[in-house]
Amino acid sequence: MGNYYQKELETMPVEKIRELQGELLVKQVKNVYENVAYYRNLMDKKGVKPEDIKSVDDLHKLPFLTKADLREAYPYGLMARPLSDCVRIQSTSGTTGKRVVAFYTQHDIDIWEDCCARAIMAVGGTKDDVCQVCYGYGLFTGGAGLNGGSHKVGCLTLPMSSGNTERQIQFMVDLQSTIICCTPSYAAYIGETLKEMGYTTDDISLKAGIFGAEAWTEEMRRDIEKSLGIKAYDIYGLTELAGPGVSFECEEQKGMHINEDHYIAEIIDPDTGEVLPEGSVGELVLTSVDKEAFPLLRYRTRDICVLSRKKCSCGRTFVKMTKPMGRSDDMLIIRGVNVFPSQIETVLLEQGYTPNYRIEVDRENNSDTLDVYVELSSENFSDTVKEIAEKEKQLAAAVKTMLGINPKMHLVPPKSITRSEGKAVRVVDKRKLY
Amino acid sequence: MSVKQISIFIENKKGSLAEVTEFIAKSNINLKALSIADTQDFGILRIITDNPDKARDILKSEGYTVTATSVLAVALTDSPGSMAAILGVLSKADVSVEYTYAFMSNVEGRAYMIFRVDNNDKASKALVDAGISVINQQNIF
Repeated sequence: MGNYYQKELETMPVEKIRELQGELLVKQVKNVYENVAYYRNLMDKKGVKPEDIKSVDDLHKLPFLTKADLREAYPYGLMARPLSDCVRIQSTSGTTGKRVVAFYTQHDIDIWEDCCARAIMAVGGTKDDVCQVCYGYGLFTGGAGLNGGSHKVGCLTLPMSSGNTERQIQFMVDLQSTIICCTPSYAAYIGETLKEMGYTTDDISLKAGIFGAEAWTEEMRRDIEKSLGIKAYDIYGLTELAGPGVSFECEEQKGMHINEDHYIAEIIDPDTGEVLPEGSVGELVLTSVDKEAFPLLRYRTRDICVLSRKKCSCGRTFVKMTKPMGRSDDMLIIRGVNVFPSQIETVLLEQGYTPNYRIEVDRENNSDTLDVYVELSSENFSDTVKEIAEKEKQLAAAVKTMLGINPKMHLVPPKSITRSEGKAVRVVDKRKLY
Repeated sequence: MSVKQISIFIENKKGSLAEVTEFIAKSNINLKALSIADTQDFGILRIITDNPDKARDILKSEGYTVTATSVLAVALTDSPGSMAAILGVLSKADVSVEYTYAFMSNVEGRAYMIFRVDNNDKASKALVDAGISVINQQNIF
């Protein structure tokens, strides 16, 4: 059976989950209606009143929230508590205009950290463990979340953040870390650097790793397990709903348990918004039933997955979600940064180019690469290589300012982008993440 | 007193050069001289033709990225030292040469060089003053 942080909650009977969710939902909807004008307007437009929501069965009546709503309401428009009640913000990676700022009361921090603690104990963590947290610390929720969870479990917490890999490994060897938390691509990089430094898995004591914040495949899992000598577990979350820990993998390593005492999960058809039955592939929608400062109802995650209530050998009764299988929008995550192809289009238009482009994303040496091919039309064509190279440099700088990451720009003739049949392919992701 | 050179932006891929030159041939345009600047991703094909405006227009309507550049066509004697002499004159006149390429003429003992410089007028004057012929469009053909 499992190693639980909050056994009673994690193993409660399914009927009790629904009952608890229902009670909390009713309170939350009243709270949001009264305190969040933005969402109250959405409810009024849809003709839904708080009294109409009596249980989880009525959830579908509520309007959705999307990233566009968050952008429109930025920064304070979705808060349900005054600023003075808030003790922290966390923010997503991404550029100005697309940044999400989430607010937390102390209570919100506590339940978030509880969720992360559950994740750590689910992989066998206890207060006797040494937990090395190599997610970025700061605005990013990765470091903050797992740091808090590790403290709650009582592990010796190493707040390493990411980077400085030789030092990471030195500490790993000297302090005999037993659990590691970071992105899967960083874990792969650590595995390689370990070898380069002349160490083997015999020199370290890692037993488990909790990896997330980006998509990763079963193949990557096996590679990491081999190179670090551990069992590698998945974790999922989004800043909008607190951070990592919305769901977490247990010892079965087959899907992640959603913390249903804090979140209600639905799967919808991304085109129609219709709620789909258990087992269907669709977009994950999450409702926070007990966050105070920034409670989102029916937030569309854009992640495609499947939910299942099949009995889990770990004993937890929380519904399981598969690893995300794709996105219902065109967002890419490149080097940990959220990138929308439309942002590149905006830059091209601003710089006076026709937005005929192709984005190619690949992975070299565990690091994501971004190549952008842009059509050079006669209007912008200069007769020397030097002038074209200069234009590429200018474009790269403009794209870097917009996205926050460095692209490699290639100005190319029209024929290498537009192909005669149908729509031009704008994004080629060679990383095979799904 | 310059010549209109047409530059075409092409992919550095097998067949792109053949494709564009075939198109130019089919359009009945006579190529007098050409050069290619190449990089990993692309090439710039520079051509001197008997009808540069026609060349530019039909290439553009066929979807090519094209531009016209005013370049100088300079006559030299087909003997060692002629090119060095020209470059000497330009350098003394403080003119920068962006690129250059040569082609033979119909006249025995004479060759031409195309120069792209940073100041056509300054360059022309310096060359003419040094007794070097700067040729215009019609006289190349």
